[in-house]
Amino acid sequence: MKFSALIFSNLFRKKVRLILTLGSFAVALFLFAFLAVVKDAFNRGGTVASANRLVTINRVSIIQPIPLSYRDKILRIPGVQRVTFDNWFGGVYQEEKNFFPQFVIDPENQRQVFSELLVSDDQWNAFLKDRQGAIAGAGTAKRFGWKVGDRIPIKNSIYGSDAWEFNLDGIYHGRTAQDDETQFWFQWDYFEERVPDRNKGQVGWYTVKLDSPDDAVRISKAIDDEFANSPYETKTETESAFAAGWVKQFGNIEFLILAIGSVVFFTLLLVTGNTMAISVRERTGELAILKAIGFKNGSILLFILAESLTIALIGGLAGLGLALAAIPVMGAALNGLLPNLIISKSMLATGIGFALLVGAASGILPGIGAMRLRVVEAFRKV
Amino acid sequence: MVSVNTSGNSTGLIQVRGLDKTYKRGGEAIHVLQGLNLDVDKGDFVAFMGPSGSGKSTLLNLLGGLDVPTSGTISVAGDEITHMSSGKLTEWRARHVGFVFQMYNLVPVLTAFQNVELPLLLTSLSRSQRREHVEAALSIVGLPDRSRHFPRQLSGGQEQRVAIARAIVSDPTFLLCDEPTGDLDRKSADEIMALIEELVDKHNKTVLMVTHDPLVAARSHMTLHLEKGALVEGSKGRQDVSAGGAS
Repeated sequence: MKFSALIFSNLFRKKVRLILTLGSFAVALFLFAFLAVVKDAFNRGGTVASANRLVTINRVSIIQPIPLSYRDKILRIPGVQRVTFDNWFGGVYQEEKNFFPQFVIDPENQRQVFSELLVSDDQWNAFLKDRQGAIAGAGTAKRFGWKVGDRIPIKNSIYGSDAWEFNLDGIYHGRTAQDDETQFWFQWDYFEERVPDRNKGQVGWYTVKLDSPDDAVRISKAIDDEFANSPYETKTETESAFAAGWVKQFGNIEFLILAIGSVVFFTLLLVTGNTMAISVRERTGELAILKAIGFKNGSILLFILAESLTIALIGGLAGLGLALAAIPVMGAALNGLLPNLIISKSMLATGIGFALLVGAASGILPGIGAMRLRVVEAFRKV
Repeated sequence: MVSVNTSGNSTGLIQVRGLDKTYKRGGEAIHVLQGLNLDVDKGDFVAFMGPSGSGKSTLLNLLGGLDVPTSGTISVAGDEITHMSSGKLTEWRARHVGFVFQMYNLVPVLTAFQNVELPLLLTSLSRSQRREHVEAALSIVGLPDRSRHFPRQLSGGQEQRVAIARAIVSDPTFLLCDEPTGDLDRKSADEIMALIEELVDKHNKTVLMVTHDPLVAARSHMTLHLEKGALVEGSKGRQDVSAGGAS
C-alpha cells in the first residue's frame, strides 16, 4: 500500500491518454459481453437441453411433417417414459415485427416432458378446459403487456390469412434465468379444427422423455429403425444435438464470434501494449532514479504491471457495467429474435479475466525493458 | 582527510584501489579510468574537476555502485562493493548513497513530500516515522512549507533542495553530487553550495561532487583533477587538507 501513491500518480500522468486507454478497454469488454450473450443465446437450446430428452423429426427436414400416429409406436419402445409433440405455427401478433415462437402443443404431456417450464395448476387447468386457450412465456407476456384473461389475435400466413383468436389462460416461467420464456402454446385440438385437411394428423416433431439418459443412443436408433423405409422416415437425436444443429443453420456462429472477439482482443493488446511502452519510455529518467536510490528490478516490474492491470481492471469493469445496463435494452430491441440476452456471472468473471490478461500482457514487455534498464545508460540518454 | 593514496595503508571511509574502467566501442578499448587510488574520510567534502570525457562522472557512478569497474576495488565503510551482485548493490545503494543530479531528477507527478519519501519506502519505517524523517529533511533544506508542491511549482533552486532532501532523508553514508549547480543561476548555485557546506559542517556528511565550476569546487575541502582517466592534481579548498601523490 505504501507504493500506491507512486502507482496512482503515474496512472494520472497523462489524463487524456488514460481516458482513451480506459475507453479502449471499456469498448472491448462491452463488445466481449455482447458477443458472449449472443453466443449464449444461440447455444441456449443446447445448454438448457435435458439429457434425458430426444427429438424426433422428419429425416428430410424439420419443415417436413411426420404423422401423429407415430406417437403410440414410439411409446411402445422400452425405456421411453413419455412422448409429446409440437407443431410450428409461425404467426405474428398485430404486425410483422412482433414475431415470437408459437407452438401447437400436446396438452396431456407438455408439462411432464418440459418440467422446467412452470405454470400454476389453476392456470393449467383453465387452459385444458379452454379450446382456444393459450399459455404465454413470461417474457412475451411482458413484452406485449399481456395479462391472463386477455384475448390475443395471432395472424398466420401458413394456415390461412385469418387471425386466430386465443384466450390467455396462463403465463409460464422458466425454472432458471436461462430457460426460454418467449414461447406461446396453444391446444392441438383447436389447431386440428382449423387447419386444412392436408395438414390434419401431422406434427412437426416429437419430444421423447427417457427413463434414463444412458439409453439415448439405443432408443434413438430404435425409433429411426421403427420408421425406416416408410414414407416418413425419422431422424432422432438428443435435444442438445438437435439444438446445436438448429444453430448451425445460421452458419458457424461460434467461429464468427470467436474470430471477432480475437481480433478485438488482439487489437486491444497492441493498443494498450503500445501505450504502456510509450508511457514507460517517457519516464526512463525517473525509472533510473528509482533504481539508483535502491528500488529493485522486481519492484520496477511490479509498478508497471500494477499500472497496466489497474487500467485493465477499471476499463474492464466500466465496459462490463455498460453491458449490464445496455444489453437488456438491446435484447428488447431485437423483438424476441433471440431468447433472453443474459449476462451470467461466469461471463463477467471471464471478461475480467480477459481484461487482466490483456493488462498483464501489455505491461510485461515494457516492464521487463524497465527492469533491464541500466541506470548509467539511462542517465546518458536523459 | 582526503588523500590520493598510493601506499594502500589508509583506513578511510571510502577506499579506492587500482580502479580501472575500460569501455569497448567498435572494437576499440577506451580507458576511462586507469589505476585510480583514493581515500576519503568521514566528513570530507571532495570536488572532482576535469574536462569532458576525463572520467569524472564514470568515477562517481563507480563510487555510487551504479556501474562496475573493469578492475580494482572500492570499499565503503568496510564493504567491498565491486564484487557485489546487482541485487546486493541495489540494497547497498539504498542504505549508503544519496544522489544529487544536475537536472534534479524529481518525479514530476509526486509532491515534494512524496519525492523525499521515496527512499524511505524501501525501509521498514511506519508511515508516521517516514513523515517525521521527511519533514526533518525538508526543514534542513529550508523548504518545510513546500511539501505539498509539485516540482513544476518550484524554482530550479528549490527543486534541487528537494533533491538534496531526498538524498539525505535516509541518512546515507555519503552523498554523490553530479554537477549539483550546473543548471542553476549564480545566486541559486551559491544557496545550494551553502546548503551542501552546512550538511558537511553541521551534519558531518561526506560529500563527493563533480563540477565544472571552479568557484563551486573552491568551496570543497579538496579539489581533485581528473585528466585522461588519472587523478593528476590535488588542490586545497576552503579548509586545510593533505593530499597524497597522484597515481
